[in-house]
Amino acid sequence: MSSPTPMETPSRRRALARATPMTPATQSADLHTISLLVRDAPGVLVRVAMVFSRRGYNIESLVVSPSAQAGFSRMTVTCSGDVAILEQMIRQLSKLVDVVHALDHTTSDRYETEIALIKVRCEGATRRDVLEIAEHFNAKVVDYAPESVILRVYGSSEKLDAMVSLFSPEQIVDLVRSGKIVMARALEMT
Amino acid sequence: MTREMAMEPRVPTGAEKLIQCLEREGVEYIFGYSGGAAMPIFDALVDSDIKLILVRHEQGAAHMADGYARATGKPGVVLVTSGPGATNTVTGLLTAHMDSVPMIVLTGQTITSMLGKDGFQEADVTGITYAVVKHSYLLKSASDIPRATREAFHIATSGRPGPVLIDLPKDVTQGPCDAPFVDEIHLPGYTVPTHGDAAAIRRAADLLTNAKRPILYVGHGAVISGAGKAVIRLAEKLRAPIVNTLLGKGAVSEALPCNLGMLGMHGTAYANKAVDHCDLIMAIGARWDDRITGKLDEFCVDAVKIHIDIDPAEFGKMVKPDVAIAGDARLVLEEMIPLVSPADTKAWLDQCEVWRQRYPLRYAKQGGLRAQHVLDRLHAVTRGDAIITTDVGQHQMWAAQFCLSTTNRHWISSGGAGTMGFGFPAALGAQLGCPDKKVWAVVGDGGFQMTQAELATAAIQKLPAKCLIINNNFLGMVRQWQELFFDNRLSGVDLVGNPDFVKLAEAYGVKAWRIRRPADVDKILAKAHAYDEGPCVVVAEVVKEDNVFPMIPAGAPLSGMIIEKPKEQMAKPTGST
Repeated sequence: MSSPTPMETPSRRRALARATPMTPATQSADLHTISLLVRDAPGVLVRVAMVFSRRGYNIESLVVSPSAQAGFSRMTVTCSGDVAILEQMIRQLSKLVDVVHALDHTTSDRYETEIALIKVRCEGATRRDVLEIAEHFNAKVVDYAPESVILRVYGSSEKLDAMVSLFSPEQIVDLVRSGKIVMARALEMT
Repeated sequence: MTREMAMEPRVPTGAEKLIQCLEREGVEYIFGYSGGAAMPIFDALVDSDIKLILVRHEQGAAHMADGYARATGKPGVVLVTSGPGATNTVTGLLTAHMDSVPMIVLTGQTITSMLGKDGFQEADVTGITYAVVKHSYLLKSASDIPRATREAFHIATSGRPGPVLIDLPKDVTQGPCDAPFVDEIHLPGYTVPTHGDAAAIRRAADLLTNAKRPILYVGHGAVISGAGKAVIRLAEKLRAPIVNTLLGKGAVSEALPCNLGMLGMHGTAYANKAVDHCDLIMAIGARWDDRITGKLDEFCVDAVKIHIDIDPAEFGKMVKPDVAIAGDARLVLEEMIPLVSPADTKAWLDQCEVWRQRYPLRYAKQGGLRAQHVLDRLHAVTRGDAIITTDVGQHQMWAAQFCLSTTNRHWISSGGAGTMGFGFPAALGAQLGCPDKKVWAVVGDGGFQMTQAELATAAIQKLPAKCLIINNNFLGMVRQWQELFFDNRLSGVDLVGNPDFVKLAEAYGVKAWRIRRPADVDKILAKAHAYDEGPCVVVAEVVKEDNVFPMIPAGAPLSGMIIEKPKEQMAKPTGST
């Protein structure tokens, strides 16, 4: 169920044109990054998750961490979906008593990053190839074992995707990604 | 014992502190049902002036608290035990949550060291109820009781009201609590809009002034905020007609000429025609529910839409408004009224009047006793001055059509949730909250049986609430849909085996009458209305098969409204339910 944009009939257009303007229209995008400042209270994660699950929305990634302010946590959620529904979901998130604010950073001026740990199987001849890839992506080898290495890499989610795609599924023993974290640039609020 | 020690006050238990907090909040009644995990709280109640209303089922307690809250505007308080005691309130929580009713539900819980271990009568109550509360607490320390209680009352009653649940482990209520009372609230994530944005109000006023066919669409938010007088002032200044939702009944008297009454699925034909032809519709504390809009893509396509709501999450949920104003309905309207100028609406008002004359509400006067006749006469007997609660189904819609509401908070009905079993206990709560008012519950034979055990509560409390059972021995609304849309293949609607409701009432010591003939309606309703020695029941044995019209089938546009039973079989409705 989506909120249809009102059809522009001549009489509507005329009426709206006559009245004083109010707010600019919003942008649209597919993958959204939402940052929440929440009270560090039991149940807050469930309440936030339920806003998404109730509509059958899948959360792509979710990062919960302490914030600069004692007693408050930061959540960064990425999810995809219809813009109109997400706008409404952000309003529903803001409405939660434990949510101080929920902001959509999809189109804002922000810095984003993500970290990944990739455990790659490598013996003998294949090890050199793996290390070459690691070097190219500025990844650091944080565990050196006889049959495997753990690579730590950070950067944009797209960069991480690209690096992971260079290994075959048989090579990757384990993959842990932190999920995207985001911060608004300059003195803007995240 | 030394003198000093004797002077020192005993540290109260958590339960005693909780009850003191409730007293400070001005609680008069607790609707409750006892049980193991709540025993310390029931024990503390013994020494309190707060009156315990012992119900017969926890669902009844929740609906009583709901009825009390809707009738008075004050929060209703429920106290139940853990596990099944708590889960039995879930339907009541949903009902209150959907209809924005302030309610505090206190649930006993197993001791903190046993949480999550499947102890006796343990249920993850905060987990089960997340989706049906405005907020909730699981208290693990008695020192949190004063703060959580103050916050709960603030959250339940402010902004868009709603139910708040506090889960209280038994060791928390049994142990000592030396925390002081809390007056200051610190909730950085909770803001309540009051005055709307000035630019948005100015733009709305411009649009209203320039509209040729404006309509004011009044919902429950106007009831809650007490915006009725402001709505009338705006309507009079603009010369605009008013319509109200099922839950908006009473915010503006439906007896006023400017009010076209209820719109929506079973609203009046003239209200729906007006909405279908308007060039501007302004929602005042209403949320464009699917029962109002019908097919969304065809709803008021040509009209400018303005939305006033205290809950910004409603903006754009169903209908994308041209102007959205987050604020209290009354405050926003009071700021808007000076900014509007009378609109040129004479032709529009004349047209609305033509529709009102051409499509009046009607019912057959012959062929047995009809629910519409009984409810039409109930309105006459009560002179529109009684608090009327309803259950859910055909009787609810007929009551909404024929019992015009003239006073704020005098119409109490489960709208969003559509909860059967709501009407009778809600009437008992309303009667407790408004002892000087006449209170009538209008219920069907189906819904009444879901909470009929509260006849005992009514009798014991000697509450003079009246219960009118519209008995057609059917689940009439579902039967109506099966007749209209499912080839009259009746399934799961025949309530054969209904008890004799007069005898049932009498078994509880409750006075009861039966109406069989149209000629007896006035006489018996008048008797019941005058009876105030305790509760009474009137059973109207109405014709088995009758349908509510007008009707907009779910998912159909407003223009698809049917005024009487169509000759041909209709396609199954495409709307949600």
